[in-house]
Amino acid sequence: MKKIIALILCLTVCAVCFAGCGNSPDPGENTPKVLKVATNVAFPPYEYYENEKAVGIDIEIVQAICDKLGYTMELSDMEFGSIITAVATGKVDLGFGAITITEERAKSVHFTTSYSTGIQSIIVKEDSPITGVDDLAAEGIKIGVQQDTTGDIYATDQFGEDHMARFNKGADAVQALVTGKIDCVIIDNSPAETFVAQNQGLKILPTAYAEEAYGFEMSYDNEALYNEVNGALEALIADGTVQSIIDKYINAN
Amino acid sequence: MAEAFAKFKESFVFNFIEGARWKYITNGLLVTLKVTFFAVLIGLVIGVVVAMIRSSFDQTKDEMQPGLGKTFMTELNAIAQVYLTVIRGTPVVVQLLIGYFVIFVSSTNTVLVAIMVFGINSGAYITEIIRGGIMSIDRGQFEAGRSIGFNYVQTMRYIIIPQAIKNVLPSLANEFIALMKETAVCGYIGLMDLTKGGDVIRGRTFSAFMPLIAVALIYLILVIFFSWLISKLERRLRSNER
Repeated sequence: MKKIIALILCLTVCAVCFAGCGNSPDPGENTPKVLKVATNVAFPPYEYYENEKAVGIDIEIVQAICDKLGYTMELSDMEFGSIITAVATGKVDLGFGAITITEERAKSVHFTTSYSTGIQSIIVKEDSPITGVDDLAAEGIKIGVQQDTTGDIYATDQFGEDHMARFNKGADAVQALVTGKIDCVIIDNSPAETFVAQNQGLKILPTAYAEEAYGFEMSYDNEALYNEVNGALEALIADGTVQSIIDKYINAN
Repeated sequence: MAEAFAKFKESFVFNFIEGARWKYITNGLLVTLKVTFFAVLIGLVIGVVVAMIRSSFDQTKDEMQPGLGKTFMTELNAIAQVYLTVIRGTPVVVQLLIGYFVIFVSSTNTVLVAIMVFGINSGAYITEIIRGGIMSIDRGQFEAGRSIGFNYVQTMRYIIIPQAIKNVLPSLANEFIALMKETAVCGYIGLMDLTKGGDVIRGRTFSAFMPLIAVALIYLILVIFFSWLISKLERRLRSNER
């Protein structure tokens, strides 16, 4: 009996192997051009999963650029901190994820024209004694951030290492705030509003922490692709497509 | 050659010296060592206790008189079985997240949460290692201990466990090394361990090579150092054999 089962297992494995071989892509003439893109799909409303599909402002804009240029988008979902490294090392053609244009980052990657702006907000519990940015410097205050975001970088510079609690996802930081492990979360305003809407007992402080501009990033090595994509993006900004996508996700009032 | 070296040096300075970024590595290393050390201690305690419960139940269940003692042992053994099944049946990252967000909700000490989770996790594996060790000691030794008037705990403490530990030392060392590398997932709960420290540098400098290779080298050096220590200990323990 055991031998029979072993035989069946072996045959199954073989069958799977052969099936795998058969499916290997056949590079023909009609292969569409592929634009490899990377983001961290955990940042509503810029990118998040809905019905097992990645959606959001950034993704629709990049899709629009691909449609305009005749590319097929191939998305990989990675950690936020890895996106810029992936672009700089040429693993992907384009990286996005509500990424703020900063001088430091521009040394490694070529930013496109800015397509949107955001502000860094501070989320606290409703009964929190924290009322403004100055309160964050107090002894023992833990600031939750998504690792490598501008919220992380600015807060580390301003308040120092001892205040920081870095999470892989913004949602994890918010969860830690809800359970009282940290005192506040600094994150971009749009996801902040989504998180506050999803969790009871949280509020956004009226004072913004920082204002910034978002851009897509590409490699300095492929100038032709950069010009092509940036041109398409500028055209989409000019004809109002980008604005209508943003309005669709963020209520304009 | 000289040019490559200059480039390497420049990249090294940019990644580690500028903005005192090496501190992410050293502080992270400290956290990794702290979590590993205390987790191993907790794991050893849990492991020895649970292994004693499991092995003595397995060896004596057929001979025990029905009564309070037997019921108690059966209960304990069942709990141990559930513990082993659950801990060995789920990934440590999931356990870490459950520990952080569900079980130790009120704790704000992230290092402590990591130590507890990794200790409890390691305990399950150490249990099976030590149980193997106890089972490898001939039953005659146990019977001899009891017949010269030792009670159960004394027999275990002076006769069985010392021999068992010696037999299982290589597997224990293996578990220790595996545990140290497993702590690399601490970053999931916002703990700045060695891996996360390297990650933060990578997020600041956007260069993959330097921080990743540095972190890998440090883990490697640690493992080589601890393997060497343990092999010394093994030799010491074997010195009475001839």
